[in-house]
Amino acid sequence: MTLKIGVPSKGRLMEKTFDWFGARGVELARTGSDREYAAAVNGIDGIELVLLSAGEIPRELAAGRIHLGVTGSDLVREKLGGWQDKVSELALMGFGHADLIIAVPKCWVDVNTLDDLDAAAAAFRAQHGFRLRIATKFHRLIRDHLRDHGVADYQLVDSQGATEGTVKNETAEAVADITSTGETLRANHLKILAGKPVHKSQATLFKSRNADWNESTRATLATLSGKLGLQS
Amino acid sequence: MTDKAQIRAEAARLMGVFEAKGATAVEADILQPAGTLLDLYGEDIRGRAFVTHDPIRGEAMLRPDFTVPVVQMHMADGAEPARYTYMGEVFRAQEEATHRASEYFQVGYEVFDRDAPIEADAEVFAFIQDALSPLSLRAATGDMGLLLAAVRGLKTTDRRKAALLRHIWRPRRFRALLDRFAGRAPLPEGREAMLAKDDPMQDAGPQIGLRSAAEIADRIEALREDAAAAPISTQEVELLDDLLGLRETTVNVLSRLRDIAVDMPAIADAVDRLEARAEALYQRGVDVDNLDFEGSYGRTSMEYYDGFVFGFYAETRPDLPPVATGGRYDALTRVLGRAKGHEIPAVGGVIRPEIVLELNAGGAK
Repeated sequence: MTLKIGVPSKGRLMEKTFDWFGARGVELARTGSDREYAAAVNGIDGIELVLLSAGEIPRELAAGRIHLGVTGSDLVREKLGGWQDKVSELALMGFGHADLIIAVPKCWVDVNTLDDLDAAAAAFRAQHGFRLRIATKFHRLIRDHLRDHGVADYQLVDSQGATEGTVKNETAEAVADITSTGETLRANHLKILAGKPVHKSQATLFKSRNADWNESTRATLATLSGKLGLQS
Repeated sequence: MTDKAQIRAEAARLMGVFEAKGATAVEADILQPAGTLLDLYGEDIRGRAFVTHDPIRGEAMLRPDFTVPVVQMHMADGAEPARYTYMGEVFRAQEEATHRASEYFQVGYEVFDRDAPIEADAEVFAFIQDALSPLSLRAATGDMGLLLAAVRGLKTTDRRKAALLRHIWRPRRFRALLDRFAGRAPLPEGREAMLAKDDPMQDAGPQIGLRSAAEIADRIEALREDAAAAPISTQEVELLDDLLGLRETTVNVLSRLRDIAVDMPAIADAVDRLEARAEALYQRGVDVDNLDFEGSYGRTSMEYYDGFVFGFYAETRPDLPPVATGGRYDALTRVLGRAKGHEIPAVGGVIRPEIVLELNAGGAK
């Protein structure tokens, strides 16, 4: 039986993943035409490479349909409730760095921390009759973070893209999104709240706890871990 | 795991107990409009309730409790005073992997009575205690009214009091605010630098979004007022800590509270009510000499309790959730009735029949 490893199917995340494995003597490569989602692993037997959207890898890991998977640590935490029961982290891969942050308009000179955001939200609700809206696609992570910090009187509105534009368009008062340089935020007249980010994300190699770990897949993982320099 | 038919039968039996005492049996829809629940409980409810979607009516939630629909039903066409009982499943999503059930039965008893709130508190507690009496449970009680009165009576600005009252159900946040207002914790990062500027709004960039420049200016004004206000005194903070740390029998707590009220007269009325309630409980045969009272009880539930609160626990089974919980929720009815200016003092409680059965089975072994 083969060990299935899911990696992102396109873009920089795929290239960097291939590089990361390549640098450790495990060659991942796409096969067939540019458009065909097929791939192979050279340098080690018994591994099947599965190309998947990075956003679907958490779900496939949780279901145990893949044994290992490479995706952002933010996506696993957002998409899997009780993620530690479903997957474990084998390696932080050192690329794909991004911070999940909360940002507000730069003109809110009175709001610098979550503490301020909470107070501003109370006043906003009293003034406008509805809760201060935060646009995001990271609902679970943001809700947990705001609950832990005692922020009330807000609501999350779903935004799957162009999130930084929601404030100017008046469909949200603040945003919570992934950023690496903060440039898009600044260009949209937003500033990041002080303090630690909600989550510091990076590409991570995960192991599924629910996949079929039999003698042969365990042996393959041991060989792979040896090559990658991991403790299995 | 007990058979669902058995749980239903036990629920019906308990509901029969309340009906025999004069309660009207009522039903509630399983699908509740999400807007009302979100308005009451905030975004947190999304993590705790099952949210679903109706193509026509929009977002809906599987009822996380009966309180809201029962209050709405009463406000729509209830006669006063009213006593209701109900049974059925409630649904609670478990975001973290726990062994807690996400669907379970509740049997409830609710009293809407404007004229005799203390009597109603005692009645609900005593009826539920009676219904559970074969189980020899430990009862814990508290009174959010005491804490609310203490905060309202602090010698500080109205804004500070409002901020503390708003977070009374979030103990960590409450503590952080209290420490800051007492001058024991630093100001949030950047606050001092901002207030030091003559015109903090200069160079702030373009005004975007719904929150207007006037709203920002108002908050800066509020922050200036706060920076100029004297800290809440150490004595007042210690009195609050005493209140929150109370953990004694009701009788001992009353004498302790009389002492505290000398330095904190704002709680005197609340202490009187507590004493009257203890008397009403005694008249109903409750052993108030041994009834536990905890100053912080009721602060972490999402149920919006703002007066008397109580719970019944099986001391031999700390792994089980409380067998019954309840309390007074006048503020919730004010929020629900806001549009029409309605409010109705209300107190009630719920029993979990599944836990009752489990304890019965354990006792029989």
